[in-house]
Amino acid sequence: MSKVIEGLRYSESHEWVKVDGEFAFIGVSDFAQAEMGDITYVDVPSVDDEFAKGEEFGALESVKASSDLYMPVGGVVVEVNDAVVDAPELVNQDAYENWLIKIQMSDPAEAEGLMDAAAYNEFTAK
Amino acid sequence: MKYYDKLIFELSKPGRTGYSLPAPESSSVSSIDANLLRASAPQLPEVSEIDVVRHYTNLSQMNFGVDTGFYPLGSCTMKYNPKINEEIASLPSFLGLHPLQPDDTVSGAKAVYEGLDSALAAITGMRHFTFLPCAGAHGELTGLMIIRSYHMSRGDTRRTKIIVPDSAHGTNPASAAVCGLEIVEVKSNADGLVDVNDLKPLLDDTIAGIMMTNPNTLGLFERDIKEIARLVHEAGGLLYYDGANMNPLVGTVRPGDMGFDVMHLNLHKTFSTPHGGGGPGSGPVGVCEKLVPFLGVRVSGFHGNFSVILRAYTYILMLGRQNVKMVGPLATLNANYIKESLKDKYKLPIPSVCKHEFVYDGLIDDGAREGVPGATTLDVAKRLLDFGFHAPTIYFPLLFHQALMIEPTETESKETIDEFIEVMRRIADEAAENPDILHQAPHNAPITRPDETTAARNPILRYQA
Repeated sequence: MSKVIEGLRYSESHEWVKVDGEFAFIGVSDFAQAEMGDITYVDVPSVDDEFAKGEEFGALESVKASSDLYMPVGGVVVEVNDAVVDAPELVNQDAYENWLIKIQMSDPAEAEGLMDAAAYNEFTAK
Repeated sequence: MKYYDKLIFELSKPGRTGYSLPAPESSSVSSIDANLLRASAPQLPEVSEIDVVRHYTNLSQMNFGVDTGFYPLGSCTMKYNPKINEEIASLPSFLGLHPLQPDDTVSGAKAVYEGLDSALAAITGMRHFTFLPCAGAHGELTGLMIIRSYHMSRGDTRRTKIIVPDSAHGTNPASAAVCGLEIVEVKSNADGLVDVNDLKPLLDDTIAGIMMTNPNTLGLFERDIKEIARLVHEAGGLLYYDGANMNPLVGTVRPGDMGFDVMHLNLHKTFSTPHGGGGPGSGPVGVCEKLVPFLGVRVSGFHGNFSVILRAYTYILMLGRQNVKMVGPLATLNANYIKESLKDKYKLPIPSVCKHEFVYDGLIDDGAREGVPGATTLDVAKRLLDFGFHAPTIYFPLLFHQALMIEPTETESKETIDEFIEVMRRIADEAAENPDILHQAPHNAPITRPDETTAARNPILRYQA
């Protein structure tokens, strides 16, 4: 059973969002990292890049496959987690501690449309 | 087999050579700009002829090829490459050709191109082929460029999207992206086939066409293809046929008759030319009548990989019209025979009749118990190596988590296939009783389980002395 954290919001494409005022941290769920296996490459956008909700913003590569990352909420990238880019295994070690990007949300209400921990748990159990 | 893991650089001894040349008459390099001269000699291995011969012979003996044994790699059509192909391609009159020779001195080579063009046209139902593309994905790009040129020539500039099923080979969306097209995904239904109802709303006047592989990546024939062709054509789009899975159709079904307008063939799959590390590929692109004017896309220098084209033509001529018709049915029979023979040991997610290949979703009984993890598809694949078989394709397609995709091709005898089935059953029994035998496999390969993760995270790409 993969780990799900209370207080985060989750998308159907397995990204999580941690809302912090008008900002949000974005990462992938423990379920996603477990499905992918050992992650070998993290491709994230640059600071100031702007994406709409649902838009592709990067990709994770593992020995098995490459998976695109989709914006769970729209916004402008204000920070990129370089530690994860340098050491992709961090995502496998703790998918929630190791966020990928920090954004300034264009519409914080978007986060509310995402699943909460209980709903995501049910979603991944299917 | 002797274990051998040397690099040729490790055999090097200063001054040792396999040749002897007279001293240069002049060592003057004064006519070359000083900034173009290298400061030190290149680091090349210094070895004798017998060092080189033994080195590469030893390496080749550690390799596995279709000449060594059964190679059921799904989606790859690893059929036997008849030696007559090599014999014809080695004829001095072909070997000595130069692409810039005057036309009237190369009528033999021209006859090869023309002969293969008409043979492939007859097999596929296309009008003409271009032989410039040097691989399957290169063919895809060429075909998409042809589709774009066709729409552009009619002043129809809005068609910038291409529909690709979610079951497609990864090269399809990649080729479309390289061609500057926007990719729209169409979903598969519960039977693993393109969902016509999901397709309908996507069809509008921005669609350049659809890329399909039939039979698809699951080895299933897209039964609704006539309806799909009608819908796409009505919407003004074209149909691209990915020929990667053409083998089971050879001699029976033609993409042209299914309604496809453009296609590529992988000569290194369907037409028995060397595959993988074995040599250059060839991905000729065929088109229907109305697209012939757009066939002249320049995607490689000169005339493509001529010697590969020559091998494919030899293969077709050696088989002859009657035997070409047997390729597809026998490839299909062999795949279905294996599929049915192992379904009590391996999960079969899609039980219907397959074409040339099919997918298992891991072991039915993987031997998992308290404290002992079960045997995975990777473990089964590794264990097969112990019995002298190449592993099937694993963990593809992604649709099934323990995917094991098997494609026997038509060139294997019933005896070889029965032996493979017997080994696969034995491996399944081993897994159920003691999965550790599989966890530790292969037991007698020179390299057992390379650390792929570390290799991907920290690749060492240059020889380090």
